[in-house]
Amino acid sequence: MLQTGLTHIESQDAFNKIINENENVMICCGRMGPMCVPVYESMEELEDEYTHVKFADMEFDIPDAHVIRSLPECAGFMGLPFTVYYKNGTVVKATSSLQSMDQITEILDEQFAK
Amino acid sequence: MDENTFDIIILGGGAAGLSAGIYTSRAKLKTLILNEGVVGGQMVLTDEIANYPGVENISGFQLARVMKKQAKTFGCTIKSNAKITGMELDNAIKAIEVNNKTTYTAKAVIISSGGRARTLNVPGESEFQGSGISYCATCDGDFFQDKEIIVVGGGNSALEEAVALTKYASKVTIVHEFDHFQAYPSAVEEARKNDKIHFIMESTIAAFKGDTSLKTAIIRHIPSGKESDMRIDGVFIFIGYVPNTEPFKNLISLNERMEIVTDENRQTSIEGVFAAGDCIAKRWRQVSTAVADGTIAALSAAEYITKQ
Repeated sequence: MLQTGLTHIESQDAFNKIINENENVMICCGRMGPMCVPVYESMEELEDEYTHVKFADMEFDIPDAHVIRSLPECAGFMGLPFTVYYKNGTVVKATSSLQSMDQITEILDEQFAK
Repeated sequence: MDENTFDIIILGGGAAGLSAGIYTSRAKLKTLILNEGVVGGQMVLTDEIANYPGVENISGFQLARVMKKQAKTFGCTIKSNAKITGMELDNAIKAIEVNNKTTYTAKAVIISSGGRARTLNVPGESEFQGSGISYCATCDGDFFQDKEIIVVGGGNSALEEAVALTKYASKVTIVHEFDHFQAYPSAVEEARKNDKIHFIMESTIAAFKGDTSLKTAIIRHIPSGKESDMRIDGVFIFIGYVPNTEPFKNLISLNERMEIVTDENRQTSIEGVFAAGDCIAKRWRQVSTAVADGTIAALSAAEYITKQ
């Protein structure tokens, strides 16, 4: 389990539940490494501001994380974390490697406009 | 005091800024920490910190969390995602405008804006970050199993990470701008005796090309200017750090490396403006030295306010 303050997705069932029960979802799939941690931190900071978005993380190395790892949108990704944005259960955006707070809020504002 | 008026504003929430915030808020000074990115700064980029006195072993992420909690417990206000869009530092009351809308004022300012990894700043670099270009061997090394990669740089990080990456990659080519390395001789020797490591000296990368992922690096031999294509799966860049001081360029004294010049009390060239951590001119950059700088800046700022 990742040591963050975010909701942890630990199985494929939990993943399906989250993307189907929430309109807007941002999932960061990674490890506790230097490129991943700042993304989790940004998400934690943004939870209060973006109450219409469900933020969650998933450990990259658990078998069930194939739901993220094998997404066509993540093909060619060679940098952790894989961050995926879902609207009504469908992928609308995916990024690879470190993203700044600015890059994240730009995506959230564009994809999940209120 | 209204909600946008403070005693002290701290610009940056890494080890130096959080330490300063802990001290000033504990001294009952109304303190605001403004942070452009993520609280914790470069500290959160460190997997394991084993030389921070008093703590046997902790991840940078956890250490940053404790510091943030301490600052908040003492009453410090921390605002993230706050981009500075205007500054007035010369007057007795300093003003900082954030995100083009809110202006905060204070009697003293502490700049602890930190630093960031230097980039090559060439075409294709940002485009292929995460799809072939990386700045972290421990994070992304395993995506390059049996692949051919380049490591850019000639310091200790570059050579040590090149050796570490041979665990995955079939071939590692070190591209370095000079004809010699800045790294310690032991690190150079370790790299030289590794069969998987090759060297291209006095060269730099002029551009990156590819489609959905990186495919080619264009290597320029610096003395001749001659360019050649190299088919490559991945590139790791380790070429040092730069201070985050661009916004202060025409406001306070910086040295030729763009670092903020301070005296021993961490006072900058402007009265009432102090600076601490990786953004200042100094020799050693550690969490412990950032904490020390932050403490000194906080105590100096508190004394300055009392004397006003």
